[in-house]
Amino acid sequence: MASLDDLKKRIASVKSTQKITKAMKMVAAAKLRRAQESAEKGRPYSEKMNNIILNLSSGISDKENAPKLLSGSGKDQIHLCVVMTSDRGLCGGFNSNIIKKAKSYFAKLSDEGKELKIITVGSKGNDQLKRAYGDKIISHISFKESKNANYFDAEKVGKMVIEKFEAEEFDVCTIFYNQFKNVITQIPQAQQIIPLNVENSEEDKSEDSYEFEPDEDEILSNLLPKNISTQIFKAMLENSASEQGSRMSAMDNATRNAGEMVDKLTIEYNRSRQAAITKELIEIISGAESL
Amino acid sequence: MSEEFKIEIVNPEKSFLVKEDASEVVVPAFEGEMGILKDHISIISFLKPGIIKILSKSGDENYYVEDGIVEFKNNNLSILTSSIFNLTDLDKSKQQDLLKLAEEEAGKPDISDQSKYLVDQKIEVLRSLN
Repeated sequence: MASLDDLKKRIASVKSTQKITKAMKMVAAAKLRRAQESAEKGRPYSEKMNNIILNLSSGISDKENAPKLLSGSGKDQIHLCVVMTSDRGLCGGFNSNIIKKAKSYFAKLSDEGKELKIITVGSKGNDQLKRAYGDKIISHISFKESKNANYFDAEKVGKMVIEKFEAEEFDVCTIFYNQFKNVITQIPQAQQIIPLNVENSEEDKSEDSYEFEPDEDEILSNLLPKNISTQIFKAMLENSASEQGSRMSAMDNATRNAGEMVDKLTIEYNRSRQAAITKELIEIISGAESL
Repeated sequence: MSEEFKIEIVNPEKSFLVKEDASEVVVPAFEGEMGILKDHISIISFLKPGIIKILSKSGDENYYVEDGIVEFKNNNLSILTSSIFNLTDLDKSKQQDLLKLAEEEAGKPDISDQSKYLVDQKIEVLRSLN
């Protein structure tokens, strides 16, 4: 059994760990509020963008000559996966959930005999994928320096993806990120961005037609690259809110566990202290009796 | 009958501006400036660098944009843009910064005709502000 001194030290160390996790929880909560706000503020832009593209693509007459970003390259052989994770750890299952989702997708692709290319955004995902898929990772981007998700970073990723598409390095592009539902729930998402999915446009097929200036094709070819960046930006915003939410609940759990541990250790400490006193008393009494 | 319509300017970070009482908006559309009044036909167009003028009862406002998309539908004008500045906030030094960036880009040897056209527009507009 551990000595009283050891127990005392352990209690102190668990308590200080608890303080750290508590502080991290507070910080995550504050950051979460900001991230959530910006995720909500960013939604109108991507929704509007989506609407316009839906309207445009339903109005397009010549499906054959539609821009490649919309219709795809006609093949389905090389898949590019953009896996978006965080740069920091200690956020519960946040990163592993994305990785798990991505890995099952990769496995499906390789079963189908498709070729796989990976771009990782954020260093944690890169660390986890490096071992199994190191040769597939063609590029790694990290935004450690920028504090909040900003549009310029998203545009950088978007431009890179488009450049690679135009160089015909891949046919289909999918991004992986965590969608923020609430603090406890984040849903890992796989969203295909090239070619664009426009199947959910059935409800309100624009009853009134638009005037286009210049024509549809030109607007579309201008808009689609922007939409890629917008989608990536949206994913980044959702991701950063999810990261903070996930970290907050992970740290909350850790704080609670530390509390339980302190209670347990304290009981053990008190018991062994009492045992020591009893032992001493017995020694004294039996000493006195033998006189 | 009121002659006002709603205008909303959105950038990726947030909803930049919402106004319910715009009476006329002039946007620098790709093929020339375009004034939009109430009951304009539904239209989608994109923007080149220029000035957005919003005329309303509560006063006129001017914004400098570098790119974007306009959509007008059911008397709702939406402008999506990634770079927009209120002219009153855009001081000389910031203007100079933007101008310098644009000039740098224009000087690149491998610039395409279309982006060259856009950059030249940008420079022209920025110069005219001074």
